[in-house]
Amino acid sequence: MLSNEVKDKLISIVTKENFDDSKIERLVYSYDATPNFQSMPDAVVSPRNTEEVSEILKICNQYGVPIVPRGSGTNLCAGTCPTEGGVVLLFKHMNKILEIDEENLTITVQPGVITLDLINAIEEKGLFYPPDPSSMKISTIGGNINENSGGLRGLKYGVTRDYVIGLEAVLPNGDIIRTGGKLAKDVAGYDLTRLFVGSEGTLCVITEATLKLIPMPETRKTMLALYQDLSAAARSVSKIIANKIIPTTLEFLDQATLKVVEDYAQIGLPTDVQAVLLIEQDGPAEVVDRDIKKIAEVCKQENAVSIQIAATEEEAMALRTARRAALSAIARLAPTTILEDATVPRSEIANMVKAINEITEKYQLTICTFGHAGDGNLHPTCATDARNHEEMERVEKAFAEIFEKAIELGGTITGEHGVGAMKAPYLEWKLKKEGIAAMMGIKQAFDPNNIMNPGKVFAKDSKKRVVMTR
Amino acid sequence: MTTLLEQEKIQQQFKERMNEDELLNCMRCGFCLPTCPTYIESGYKESHSPRGRIAMMKAVVDGMVEPDADFERSLELCLGCRACEPVCPSGVNYGHLLEEARDIINQNKKHSLPVRVVRKTVFEGLFPHQNRMRTMVGLLGFYQRSGIQTLARKTGYLGLLPENLATMEKVLPKVPTMKEMKNRPEHLPALSEKVHKVAFFSGCLMDTMFMKTNDSTMKLLQLAGCEIVIPKEQTCCGALHGHSGEKDSAKELAKKNIAAFEDLGADFIITNAGGCGAFLVDYDHLLKDDPVWKQRAVAFKEKIKDISEILVAVSFHKKVKLELPPQVITYQDSCHLRNVMKTASAPRTLLESIKGVQYQEMKEADRCCGSAGIYNIVESEMSMVMLDYKMVQAKATHATTIVTANPGCLLQMQLGIEREGLSGKMRGVHIVDLLAEAVK
Repeated sequence: MLSNEVKDKLISIVTKENFDDSKIERLVYSYDATPNFQSMPDAVVSPRNTEEVSEILKICNQYGVPIVPRGSGTNLCAGTCPTEGGVVLLFKHMNKILEIDEENLTITVQPGVITLDLINAIEEKGLFYPPDPSSMKISTIGGNINENSGGLRGLKYGVTRDYVIGLEAVLPNGDIIRTGGKLAKDVAGYDLTRLFVGSEGTLCVITEATLKLIPMPETRKTMLALYQDLSAAARSVSKIIANKIIPTTLEFLDQATLKVVEDYAQIGLPTDVQAVLLIEQDGPAEVVDRDIKKIAEVCKQENAVSIQIAATEEEAMALRTARRAALSAIARLAPTTILEDATVPRSEIANMVKAINEITEKYQLTICTFGHAGDGNLHPTCATDARNHEEMERVEKAFAEIFEKAIELGGTITGEHGVGAMKAPYLEWKLKKEGIAAMMGIKQAFDPNNIMNPGKVFAKDSKKRVVMTR
Repeated sequence: MTTLLEQEKIQQQFKERMNEDELLNCMRCGFCLPTCPTYIESGYKESHSPRGRIAMMKAVVDGMVEPDADFERSLELCLGCRACEPVCPSGVNYGHLLEEARDIINQNKKHSLPVRVVRKTVFEGLFPHQNRMRTMVGLLGFYQRSGIQTLARKTGYLGLLPENLATMEKVLPKVPTMKEMKNRPEHLPALSEKVHKVAFFSGCLMDTMFMKTNDSTMKLLQLAGCEIVIPKEQTCCGALHGHSGEKDSAKELAKKNIAAFEDLGADFIITNAGGCGAFLVDYDHLLKDDPVWKQRAVAFKEKIKDISEILVAVSFHKKVKLELPPQVITYQDSCHLRNVMKTASAPRTLLESIKGVQYQEMKEADRCCGSAGIYNIVESEMSMVMLDYKMVQAKATHATTIVTANPGCLLQMQLGIEREGLSGKMRGVHIVDLLAEAVK
């Protein structure tokens, strides 16, 4: 509960209309897209500009009230679940595209802009913003920056981090700072822009961002390669890249995933094969044609049973949309879906797929695997039921083994979903004590009172448990 | 106001009656958010989104929150357009959850006396009785023809009504006479080589206020080679009851309809109102707790087909010459036709095959117009926000004819045209009436 004093002060900043602490309003901001996490905030506040954000932070810093900045709540690491209560900050008023600069190829936006709205606005001008998380129809750019979101085009074009070149941010003490700018080069001091991207709201509140744009590729082609052998599909991934081709998209879907996605999308996906690679290349027509031909050859050498090339852009779009729905479609199978985000070096993808299958077998679970194979980033997703404690124990053990295997192969516990509250207890597995201490030092320098999204990234204590974190 | 005691009863029933698996099926991915009109128009308020409403229902079941006034308000403001369902990768049946929740609240809440009287009159006294529907619409006809309408408009008496009701009065169709409404066919032959025997679900409002549209429907079916039976024993589909938390009445109506249609030997049961059709195809869910009726409901629902689907299926648009004077036309989806009956391409195929007209797709034609049953009367403010947005998109097409496939949407479009001061320049029309016009 906020004290009346804090409440009055917050209302005097944003007006009554933009402050809500009714039970229902608090409830609907008590969760995000992460299963098994729910916790009520004390209030929901919607600032209208950077100055108001600064005033709010000063109050919260003074009174030690936690602050949780929230976009559309689609993250998958409990990054915006207010696990320690406090104030949820919404950016529904700060949702304007401020400028599209066609000379510098940049766009400057407020954090509440919906990712797809941004993409549509610049594509009208023949420009391209590659990061395309599956939730882009509703995710906000502020959320993408805080989580350093990836997407289907990450293999060739990188992730959100690679496109953020300038930020306006409010620090917990209320200071408003600007980092970077519309600059191709800038080595003036520490690179705070990169530090803030992916900081999950634990260091500052981002209030404006300048993003780098690139020219729209002239053409693109989409293909499916079908396999009756999982390892063959996974081997093709490494082999394509070893052949010095970097496709835009190189996605892997196993049979279990294909079945649920087809059940939802009904676009005629093959469900009688063990795995599919969804591959896309863009660029000048002759390059795209040459690459697609070469990729097809590689896939055939690796025993692909069939190669299908999308005949139209509509068909290609349907394939991409279907792929983006994969995670939620798995929810058709069981009441609870628990997904992981383990990432390994590309060359190890076949080993990782093999390990996931063995672990699934060992613990007798339903695990669907899909993901950005070209990035070495897989999303093994378990369809289970949180009410079945015995099964949840097995899920727990299976994911612990998947994590261990990923790290053993030189990988990481999360490739693109973030640490949040969900993976905080395992961060140490990847970073070791010293790594955590270094990061903790940064956190304390920016946020000595620990008001910025507390309970995220850094766990109170490092637990061994993967799934049942509470 | 709901009293604390009522809240307790509602909470208890939520625990007993809400389908927990369905609630858990929502994995909160948020894919539904961009399609929800109330989420967008409320300024991205999660409490007015499908994900938020499901989270609230679950929280009431779990005892995290009480079903307070804010909770009720959020459910009331939902249009029930079900645009969230086709985009839900997990396949959550939001409409079913909403209907159950509304039924629980309604059955455990004591309405004020005037509200009780109105509800009883409408749900029990009027819609289930076709003869009373005729009388009611007959009175409207008397009002329109006797000169009272002219008088009422001139004296400014209508100014006493809320603004959109007064406008609504202007856009109601010229209704048929009592005699015409009583004299309805029960059997019609195919007018070309017979391809199907179909039964026609004539609907309560469609067979009175919109009788002309029913006539057009039957004419098109006959031309398409369908022999038609129109069983007299059929009644109101019960959608209005089901959506308003009167589930028991809806079940009774459903049973009557299933019985009326099951022994006719028809290949299909044809509807021309998306709102009714969507409720009819859900009869098996409505009667899910009654094994015998459920089975009969499944057989019934499998035969339900919208008029535009059957016309496309029998290639009506290829067999019959369709032509109209040059004009731009556009189509506004009926939410329930699109999202529940999954009919979206057939109406467009038919419209695009009319010679002489230019079909222009409207931006966000799949977004609710705000009619939503009686929503435009009980939630008039939000409804008009939706309608104004719709009219911006409609005007951008430069169409002079807006085509719809449901009576509620049709009235709302006409209301929009009137509000924009475009009457005479733009018209709203049911797809079958336009097709019938194109046949001539």
